[in-house]
This record gives sequence, structure tokens and C-alpha cells, in this order.
Amino acid sequence: MLLIHCPYCGEDRPELEFRHAGEAHLVRPDPISEISDEEFEAYFFLRENPKGLTYERWRHMHGCARFFNAVRDTVSDKFVVTYKAGEPKVEVERGDDGVARVKGAGR
Amino acid sequence: MSGTNRIAGKGRLTPARTVSFTFDGRALTGIEGDTLASALIANGIHLAGRSFKYHRPRGILSAGPEEPNALIDVSRSSSTHTPNVRATVQEVFEGMTATSQNRWPSLAFDVGAINNLFSPIFAAGFYYKTFMWPKAAWKHIYEPNIRAAAGLGVSPKEPDPDRYANRFVHCDVLVVGGGLAGLIAARAAAQAGATVILCDEQPELGGALHHETDTLVDGREGFDWAQDVGRELAAMDNVRVLTRTTAFAYQAQNMIDLVERVSEHVAKPGKLAPRERLWQVRAKRVILATGAIERHMVFANNDRPGIMLASAARTYLNHFGVAVGSNVAVYTANDSAYAAAFDLMAAGINVAVIVDARKEIDAALLAKADELGIEVLAGHAVIDTKGGLRLKSIKIEPVSGGKQRSVDTDALIVSAGWTPTLHLYSQSRAKVVWDDETDRFVPGKPVQEMVTIGACNGTDETADLVAEASEAGAHAARLAGVAETGDRTAPQAVSGTSRKGSLMGAAPGAGPDTTVKAFVDFQNDVTAKDIRLAVREGMHSIEHVKRFTTNGMATDQGKTSNIHGLAIAADMLDKPIPQVGLTTFRLPYTPVTFGAIVNHGRDRLFDPTRKTAIHPSHEALGAVFEDVGQWKRPWYYPKVGEGMHAAVDRECRTVRETAGLFDASTLGKIEVVGPDAAQFLDLLYTNSWQKLAPGRCKYGIMLREDGFIYDDGVVGRIADDRFHVTTTTGGAPRVLHHMEDYLQTEFPHLKVWLTSTTDEWSVIAVQGPKAREIVEPFVEGIEISADAMPHMSVREGKVCGAPARLFRVSFTGELGFEINVPADYGRVVWDALWERAEALGACTYGTETMHVLRAEKGYIIVGQDTDGTVTPDDAGLNWAVAKSKRDFVGIRGMKRPDLIAPGRKQLVGLLTEDPKQVLEEGAQIVADPNQPVPMKMLGHVTSSYWSENCGRSIAMALVADGRALEGKTLYVPMVDEVIRVTVTGTVFFDQEGERING
Repeated sequence: MLLIHCPYCGEDRPELEFRHAGEAHLVRPDPISEISDEEFEAYFFLRENPKGLTYERWRHMHGCARFFNAVRDTVSDKFVVTYKAGEPKVEVERGDDGVARVKGAGR
Repeated sequence: MSGTNRIAGKGRLTPARTVSFTFDGRALTGIEGDTLASALIANGIHLAGRSFKYHRPRGILSAGPEEPNALIDVSRSSSTHTPNVRATVQEVFEGMTATSQNRWPSLAFDVGAINNLFSPIFAAGFYYKTFMWPKAAWKHIYEPNIRAAAGLGVSPKEPDPDRYANRFVHCDVLVVGGGLAGLIAARAAAQAGATVILCDEQPELGGALHHETDTLVDGREGFDWAQDVGRELAAMDNVRVLTRTTAFAYQAQNMIDLVERVSEHVAKPGKLAPRERLWQVRAKRVILATGAIERHMVFANNDRPGIMLASAARTYLNHFGVAVGSNVAVYTANDSAYAAAFDLMAAGINVAVIVDARKEIDAALLAKADELGIEVLAGHAVIDTKGGLRLKSIKIEPVSGGKQRSVDTDALIVSAGWTPTLHLYSQSRAKVVWDDETDRFVPGKPVQEMVTIGACNGTDETADLVAEASEAGAHAARLAGVAETGDRTAPQAVSGTSRKGSLMGAAPGAGPDTTVKAFVDFQNDVTAKDIRLAVREGMHSIEHVKRFTTNGMATDQGKTSNIHGLAIAADMLDKPIPQVGLTTFRLPYTPVTFGAIVNHGRDRLFDPTRKTAIHPSHEALGAVFEDVGQWKRPWYYPKVGEGMHAAVDRECRTVRETAGLFDASTLGKIEVVGPDAAQFLDLLYTNSWQKLAPGRCKYGIMLREDGFIYDDGVVGRIADDRFHVTTTTGGAPRVLHHMEDYLQTEFPHLKVWLTSTTDEWSVIAVQGPKAREIVEPFVEGIEISADAMPHMSVREGKVCGAPARLFRVSFTGELGFEINVPADYGRVVWDALWERAEALGACTYGTETMHVLRAEKGYIIVGQDTDGTVTPDDAGLNWAVAKSKRDFVGIRGMKRPDLIAPGRKQLVGLLTEDPKQVLEEGAQIVADPNQPVPMKMLGHVTSSYWSENCGRSIAMALVADGRALEGKTLYVPMVDEVIRVTVTGTVFFDQEGERING
């Protein structure tokens, strides 16, 4: 079971309290009614699903109930960072040791 | 005397504390602290089971969790027995009943042993090739028979009567393994002030010190030192010592699962004592001190009872005081077997010969053997063995060929070297690396906050091990953020046992491939030739070899067999071992009972049962309940002697003729509050909400972004900034999740608060022509006349003195009210209403009647008449989709080409030609029943009932272009007939819809 840091509660909590909520930083087009079929496909259906670093949303379902963003390494299953919904995308980079960290955070 | 092979004065058990038990009905005596294995051997019994596939007689191979052969059924009463228990870890207790497995009629005479004669047809992968024809025979003949014939134990049929416990716990440092290394590390971490958990699978700490009596720690026998340190640790506030506790799974982020056998060894456990306790430990740092497992030698007929690991023989002697035989032979490629031979000789047991596959042997060992008068045959091999149910003799030959010789012996102890126990390490996702110098896999770089020490780390020298363990303990405490507070004590230790020497794969003496059975994996009956066959058949990946042969699979997880199998495969592939690679170790490390894993989550605690506040009244009224999600809902209320159909027909009739009471409390309810509440609902529902006046209600449809119907329900506007939203019974949690998602992440600028109020309100629906008459005397502060309170309105006031939200809504098509009162008042209000309703000739009705009545009116149920691929237009609900809104969830999705193309399935009504015939829900619909199979399906029946009010059956269906087919005849082909149906509209009763305004 993973431990997940809720950026609203400020605590590491067990995965049981959370619910995964899909890819993060998808921007809902505005006005959505005007977009083309291809744009809708890109927005609604196409996902990155990378091997490696992924940006995703989680919800602290059985805690504060807030949605937030997370960067997770799908290879090691380790979280790099979590941050509040609406905050800008946090840039991360993989070090020489293969471990991903927030850009500029150092060791 | 507890067995003829018990040696007076040897071992650590107390002879006076005898224990009576039975094995296959035979009454035997053991000593408290014995394992079943040690007690059996003490009584001269090596034959403990029959092998998996060939039913060969098998003895006890080991003295620990790696045991592949001695799998026994253990019971303490008729209602509780556990199959496949390893005799080497199960402690005997007074009254224990042990039974051997996989044999009939008896262990000594097993009919299934005929498999051994036919073994050529049971070669590896035989079931992939032999049982391919005819096709149907696999399912009905081959598989059931193979399953019955193979298999080991038999699982209990009765419900498990035992209790299991569960603990979550956090600690700074978890040490797995309480041998020399683990104890030193745990003490160092504890002395630094860390909170420490030390677990060990055995009843006492000590690990290999159980048998290595020549390892001296601080000048004393290592085992005694270990007990003292264990007591010292247990007395510390920051340490928890768990014995009889196996770490079986290493999960993500240093979560380790342990299972503690609390009362498995107790004759009469207390009534409330759990049988096992599952510990889920989250450790800041983990120290793995899991030791090493000795490998057996792979040679012809290496599986006869009486052949066992050298370290096991030494454990039985030094710890249990039991001789494994009276005339012992040794076959080894490793130094540690010599220590076992010397200990046996010193205890007065004859060691006939030491056969060593190596040509070069340590001079000190040779000198000691010479001194004790033991013959050593260097560069020799054991090439065969004899003996039916117990080893009688071995055949020896020089490795380079030459004169053969036979030696009589009743026990052959073997050692091919030691394999570091890396199961947990591997489960942590870290990779093993090959060490050329010592020819073995050792841990590589950890990927979690973990370190390996001692034998599992490939640390052989005792002095190195002590230093490594002490440093690892202190370092782990530091890394866990604990400031060093105490003095660290590391002991002085020396060991007389060397573990030098390693042989992987087939030993000299495994012989040619064709007929020889040289077992690699005892538990799965895999021989050296099976692995060679797998490679010849084209399995070039070790993972394929594993699956083709089943080597290292199942509960054993290759503890003794993995390295041998790998080496044989590598040899056949002509590749170095590290290039072939190791198979993945699966969890659990050793078998874990379902009871420990399921734990409290059974029976009533498996899933919550939700009951409405009115539930006891339904019970008093004799309701039959149905499960709707987690809810118990009244299904129908039969009168004495009434079946379901009669009851539902009566309820349906009564509601339309008089009135009925229905418990609608399970309806999902969400309070949407805030200055932007209407704007928010505009975005979440297809309808427009801005113009809905307070006190009015509206039916709303919610879509997903893809344009399909997600939920529906009536929404009442309580005030400008307050809406009372209802959802489907099953939909409440996901609808709130969906709303929160959009509110928090897409429309965070809106000032809206969402609160789940499902459990806060009891909802009583009063429906039918007399609904107003029933409700009226109980209502205070609300004018409920038809003019003052028309259909689709909501008022706040009091009902029976309780604060209430009174809705005038209808899911029946009748005049109706839904009374919402705080749940605490629900039952009182229901009982009061029912007293009056009953007097007026009304009824109570359940979910079945509710379904029929709504279907008579063509009201859909989301999830029944829709399935996640139905648009509002498909369901005939286009009227509820606002045309002028700029945005709402699903506005773009529902315009996708496929969703507006012709040919979509549309909701229609169906009437059978024979009015008495009720269609089956889910039945398929075709235009031409005479077309060839597979027929072109036009759609399916979604709802179908007998309608007492219509005097005939009614149905709804999703049919391709259904609305254009109105009046046409379609067909529903069933198994034994074809049913003719006519397509109609979806309203079957009161087409004009006037009753609702009564």
C-alpha cells in the first residue's frame, strides 16, 4: 500500500484513503461546444500513459475530500511530489542515480 | 521416552515435558518444543508424505520453512483442520492429530504410486501435449481427473471457526530474522533509541545458531547468547520482539506484512485467542537478516525417506536431541556438512562415509575426520540409492569413473552449498547480482529504504557479519531520524562452521537423462531431466522453463530448487548463469492462511449492510427485503398465504385505486448551496436551473463529458442559493464525486458547497388518489391543496411535528408526496402515516411495485433502461436538454458523429402478442426470426413486468431506430419459442397524464 502526501492535509496517509482520478493538467476547452471532433478526441480520449514519470490526479476521498495533483514514477511506483489543484505543473527531472526529483531541488 | 531416536542429554528440550499426539492414527509421544518433524524422527519415522505427481514416498528434507516434502494435515478437532502444514515448522501440542496426505489407502501402500511406473508419460509439460484430443474431454474428463489425482491436501469444507487479528503498526526499524546478524542489528538500532520490531519465524530466536553449536558469542554458545539478547530486547520499551512471526510480503514504501502464529502451537487456546495475527508494518528502515537456505544434492533417486539436508540433521541433533539415523552417510560439496558429521559422530552416531564431490578439501576438515575415524571419499559421487519406504544403501562412484561401491546407511545427509534467502529482497523490487567469486546471487542496490545483512547478504565471515550488523542497526536508526543516545554493544563472535563450497545443478551422479529421477524441486516433482527437456523443447527463457516444468512454483517458491534448476538450464543453453537470470520470487514467502488475510472481513463485516431508519417497521409489516447495493430495501409486503406475484399485483392495484406508502430513504441526496448554486447545476445538468423558482422542482439529467446519461433525479429549489438534489439509490457517491471533481478542478471560481445528505433524511413516498387525504392531518405550516402546491413543488414546514421538506413529486404517475424528515423521526412519522393510511384502505409497497408502476408510466431507471451508452435522445429525453445553454458537461460529447448518426438504439415500448406472456429482461430482439444464425440483433429488452393495472404484460426495450418502428412487429427468439411483439410508445397507463395533477 502506497503512502500518499496530501498537500491539503500536509500528511502522508495510506493509499486506502485516496482514490485515483486520472491524468492531470488536462484543460477542458472553453467553450467546449465549439471544438472539432479531433479536439474532442484529444481532450477526452487520448492519454499519455507513460512508462516513467506521470502527472496524475488523486482525491483524498476519505480525508479532506480534495482533488490534487501528483507526479509519480510508474516504474518504481514512487511519488515525486504532490501539489494542490490549480497550481502550475511542477517540473521534475531524473538524476544520474535514476531517481526523479523536483527540478532544482537537489538532493 | 519420547521416541527411540532421542539421545539422552542432547538437545535443548526438557524431556519430562512430554506431549501426546497421533500421526495417521498412531499414538506417539513428543516433547514440548518439538516440531512435528523432530517428534516423528525421534520416533523413527521419516516417511511423511507422498510426492505431488509420482506419489513417491517422501521423507523430511529440512528443519525449517523450506520444507518441500513433509506437508501434513493438522487438526485439533473435527471442525478445524489445516492442510499442507510443513511438519518442520508446526510445533506439536497435546492432542494434535496429524495426517499424511496424497496417499490412498495408506502412506505405506499408496495405489497412486503407479504413477511412478508410468512416469515417462508424465514428463514436464505432459498436459500440454497428451490431453489435447478430443477438445471437450479436457474440461469434462482430463482436468477433473488430473486435479483429483494430483493436488496435495484437502481444504476444510466447514466455515473456519477460528478468530484472526489484525494490527497496523509503524516503527523506525524493522529487522526481519532473529539470527546472529538480526539480533546484533536490532540491538544496535534499539540502543540508538529507535523504535524497533524484530520478527523471526521460529519459536525461539537464534536462526542458524539452533544448529551451529560451534559458534561462540561472547564466549558462550551462540544459541544461549541469542536467548539472553532476546530477553534484553523484549524488556526495552522501544522494542517489540515477535517470534513465530513470518515476514511474508515486502510491499511498496516499506510496508511489510507479517503473520504471527498466536495459538497454532497451543493445545487449548483461550476462547478469544486469535489463531493468527496479521501485522501490517510500515517501517522507516528495514533490515533484512533472512539468512541462507542449504541446497540438496541433485542425483539419482535423491528423494528417499532418510535423505535430508546436513544442517537439518544437525538441528535435529543439537536442538531437539534427535538422531536422524544410526548409520549416517554424507554427500556434500560444502564444508558445513562436515560439521554436521562431526557433531553426529561426537554424539555416538556412526558416520559411515563422507562422499565429497570436490577433489580438493580443506586439510583441517580431513584431519578432523581422520581423527574421528570417518572415511572421506573426495572426488566421489553418490550415483544411486536403494530403499523403499526408508533409505537402505547408497551407491558410490569416483567422479572420474571407476569402481562402484555400495554402502549401507539409514540416513544420507546432503549439502550442495547455501543460497542467500532473497525472497523478501526480491519482492521489494530490487535486483540480485551475480557474485563470480562465490558463485551465487547476492543483493544488489536496494530500491527501498532497506539493507541486507549477514548470510542473505553473502557475508560469510563471522567477524565481518558482526561488524556489518552492528553498523547496519546504528545506521538505520540514524537514517530513521533518531539521534544516537546509548552505547552500542557489539559482541565478539567466532564460528567453527565453514560454509565454503558450492555446487549448482546436477551433481555428478545425476546420470543420463532418460530414465533417471534426480529431483530438483521436490514439492513439484521436477527432475533434472524435466529441465533439460524444457530447454530442448525450446524454452530458452528461465521464466518459460519455470512454467513448463513448474520448477520453483507454488508455495515452495524455489527455496531449495531455484538455483539448481537455473544451473541445469544454463548448462543446457551453454550460457553463464547470470545471463540466464533468476525467476521472480512471488509473495508470500511461505503459505499464509486465507483466514489471516481475510481477517475480520467476513460474514457481517465483509460488506456493510445499510438499513433505513424505518427498517424495523418494515420487518413488523412482514416485508421481504432485497439487496440494492448495500441497502436492504422492502421488496414487497406479502399478506399471509400470499406469494410474490399476488402481493405485487395487489400493491400495484391498491396504489392506483387508493394509495400506498413507500420508503424512499435510500434515494441519494446532495445539498447544493451557495450564491452560484444555480449556475453550477446549469453546468452539471442538461437542463436550465436559473429560472426555476424557489419552491419548485425539476427533473434533471446528468451526463458524462462523453454525452451519455450518468444519472437522473428530481431537484428542488429550496431557496435562491439552496437546492435539494436527489440521485439514484446506487448513484449517490459517484454523483457527489463527479460534482466535486468539476467544482474543485474545472469550475473552482463558483461559490458552491456540496454536502451528502442521503443518510440525514428519511423519505416517505405517499402515492395514489388518497395521498393528500392521508398526509393532510399531519402537515403543519404548508398549504397542500392542488392549487397551492401543484405537481413538482417543494415546501418547508412540519410533518408530525418534525421539521420537514415536503415534495409534491411522483414516480408512479399518481398524485403523490415525498415527505423528507430528519432520519431520527423517520420511523415515528412512517408509523403515524401508516396507521391512517391503513384505515383508509391504502397499502405499503416495495421496490417491485415501484418498478412496475414507474414502467407503466414509461419512467426510466438509469442503469436498467440505460447502460452507460445511452444519450438523452436515445432515451427519448431530449425535452430535458436545454437548447440555448453555452456549456454543460456532455454538451460536446453528445454531438459526436456516432451519437447523432441514424441507427442508434432508442427506448421504446413493447407489447407481446399474447398479453399474458412476460418477456425476459435482457432478451434480444430481431426483425426476422428465420434468418440464419448469427442473427442481426436490433436491441434488447430493458424492463419487463406483468402490469396488473394494464391487465397485460408491458416491456421497454432499446431498439435500433426504434421510434420509427412504432406499430411494427418484431421478434424475440427464445430457447424454445419465438415471441412476437409490437413496438409502441413507452407510456402504458394514463397516456394523458392527468392523474398526477389530482
